[in-house]
Amino acid sequence: MNWIITKNNQTLKLKDIPETAIDVLREDILKHCRSGMRALAFFGRNEAAGVKLFVVLADDAASRLLVSSAVFKDGAGGYESVTREIPSFCNYEREFYENFGIEPSGHPWLKPLRYPHDCRGPRERMEDYPFFRVEGEGIHEVAVGPVHAGVIEPGHFRFMCEGEKVRHLEIQLGYQHRGVEALLCGSDFMKKAVLAESIAGDSVIANMTAYSEALESQMKITVPKKAAAIRAIALEMERAGVHIGNLGAICGDVGYLTGSAFFGATRTYVINSLLAICGSRFGRGLVRPGGVVYDLEKDIAADVVKTLKNVQTRVEMMCEKMFNCPSVLSRLQKTGILDRKTAEAIGMTGPAGRASGLKLDIRASHPWGFYKFSPFYRISLDTGDVFARSFMRYMEIRRSLEFVIEQIENLEDGELRKELKTLEPASFTVSLVEGIRGEIMHACITGEKGEISTYKVKDPSFANWLGLAWAVRGEGVSDFPLCNKSFDLSYCGHDL
Amino acid sequence: MLDLIKIRIEQGKQYIPDLRKAEIRKRFRGFPVLNGDSCGNCQTCISVCPASAISLQPLSLDMGKCVFCDDCVRSCPANAISFSNFHKTSSTSREFLKIGSGLTEADYFKSAIRARKEIVKIFGRSLKLRNVSAGGCNGCEMELNACSNVNFDMGRFGIETVASPRHADGLIITGPVTENMAGALEDTFKAIPEPRIVIAVGACAISGGAFQDSPALERSFFNRYKVDLYVPGCPAHPLTIINGILDFLRR
Repeated sequence: MNWIITKNNQTLKLKDIPETAIDVLREDILKHCRSGMRALAFFGRNEAAGVKLFVVLADDAASRLLVSSAVFKDGAGGYESVTREIPSFCNYEREFYENFGIEPSGHPWLKPLRYPHDCRGPRERMEDYPFFRVEGEGIHEVAVGPVHAGVIEPGHFRFMCEGEKVRHLEIQLGYQHRGVEALLCGSDFMKKAVLAESIAGDSVIANMTAYSEALESQMKITVPKKAAAIRAIALEMERAGVHIGNLGAICGDVGYLTGSAFFGATRTYVINSLLAICGSRFGRGLVRPGGVVYDLEKDIAADVVKTLKNVQTRVEMMCEKMFNCPSVLSRLQKTGILDRKTAEAIGMTGPAGRASGLKLDIRASHPWGFYKFSPFYRISLDTGDVFARSFMRYMEIRRSLEFVIEQIENLEDGELRKELKTLEPASFTVSLVEGIRGEIMHACITGEKGEISTYKVKDPSFANWLGLAWAVRGEGVSDFPLCNKSFDLSYCGHDL
Repeated sequence: MLDLIKIRIEQGKQYIPDLRKAEIRKRFRGFPVLNGDSCGNCQTCISVCPASAISLQPLSLDMGKCVFCDDCVRSCPANAISFSNFHKTSSTSREFLKIGSGLTEADYFKSAIRARKEIVKIFGRSLKLRNVSAGGCNGCEMELNACSNVNFDMGRFGIETVASPRHADGLIITGPVTENMAGALEDTFKAIPEPRIVIAVGACAISGGAFQDSPALERSFFNRYKVDLYVPGCPAHPLTIINGILDFLRR
């Protein structure tokens, strides 16, 4: 067998992961991906023998994961690129090349991904990167960033325009690269919890849940049911809060100020409820390996339910108006279309992928913790435009708020935390969580002494950024902010 | 039309009428209250602190490094550390952020911010700020955005974030400043006309916070330029940011 089969949050012994010759592995990847599986992880690590490449594929229909590996002796050699056949491998191969210097021959676009501090080979400078150029009459360039007009994270956008129309957009990221993955390694994993929360400041609960679930699987402990429920409640509150804020921002971008002000205030209700529970508007400090830190006491629970019921009313009221308002619809519909085929090729996940017809949702396909007992159904839309991405958010807000209220009202009493144990030495765990933007993958590999020796994070934005570049082609350059907002991508999650 | 009026009525008054007197709910972790007398010097807090913010003998906590995670409070067997919900924790001095045992909120607040005469004179009635996000997690950026939303509405004081450094009177830095952002941060700062001020928002900007040990940072900006106002937090709460700026402008 070239692959070992595992599940979300199941720990494998490192020595049980098959080692395959790289060309055999490549053929296998092509075969599996053509029969409906997807790439979840493709990353390397330095070992005594050389560089070891780990590949994880997701078989969503059967809720299982396939893991395999290949060794590049002394970190030398190369392999034939997978990207030409399966485009969703593009960023994985770029990242692997940037970090380990192993070249995928025939890769169509082997540019640096994030200019990391620890890249192999001579450190290139971001300023020197030659952007792709289109030449011809009426073609002009628009350069934006890294410092943008608003209060947002840094990233550089290079548009090639023909008059007002965008012909090509190249996105350069890496400005936020602060070395999170390297910092997460070591033996003091409780101290690192704050770092896991800081992978993306609006996906605190999602990243922290993935981190905790990975470690708990390695420690062979199961968190108490109440703690699992509170994690799920907080995750859905996080989702509702971010999506409501995002709808407000979309209203702002199309000049619908009623919606902008109304959703903005509604988001505050949701995140202030999180503050009531755990003291932070973004849920920091709530989840820790072993369980959760704060209880949902009766008076706080009653207060949160009351607030969220009000939020439900407000969201219904505003969405009813917004999604029936002709001036809003004319801006949202048929803007920034990403068709299903392209979305699938890119490897899109999350609400942006679902808006293009991809029925991907980790809560349904690889449920973890509380979601095993409370299944989520998969929803998708098919137009793939800004409207679909906005309406998808509305549907998710509804579902999340219903879920939170139902679960808080039925919360059973019980313990909040389990005693921690040591990590299983020399083992491998993949932890998946459906965050606000899509699937968050954490892979944790431990060393001989039970310390974390390699930690890998994949944020949904890692793939989804390319979707944005594709969606704006043929649109007016002034529609870029709107398209950008509808994808709601994370810079820090991508750059790590 | 009627629907819109209904929505407007439902919206009601969302703004916080008096930002100076507003309080944050009980569980919010604001000002650290330390009791050095009960500290048994067991080192547990030091071993759990992710930001190396605590030092013992005498017990003190550096708010410029603290990420307000509460792990020290829970681990301390002597209950020597706790956080109150007092949020006016900004300071004009880096040294002041190091809180010693027995210091009360009132004492801290009295001396934490030293407003400078020339700043008050020039920017006291209108202050436009340019934010540079340099390598953080987007938490402080979201809270800085919240300062301008309908709830906090910092614009009522004539304080706004602007799109161009050329229109700005000062710089707000968020994030620990990565190598890849160091150049852009300096360029933006230099594009702001003098006189200009620098505000560091959040533990990352002040000290590197959770990322202080990362080799991917390039923080030499802070050796070359002086920070005028430190706003601690992880992320800093909008009320901490706004009240800090208002006190700095002696408003």
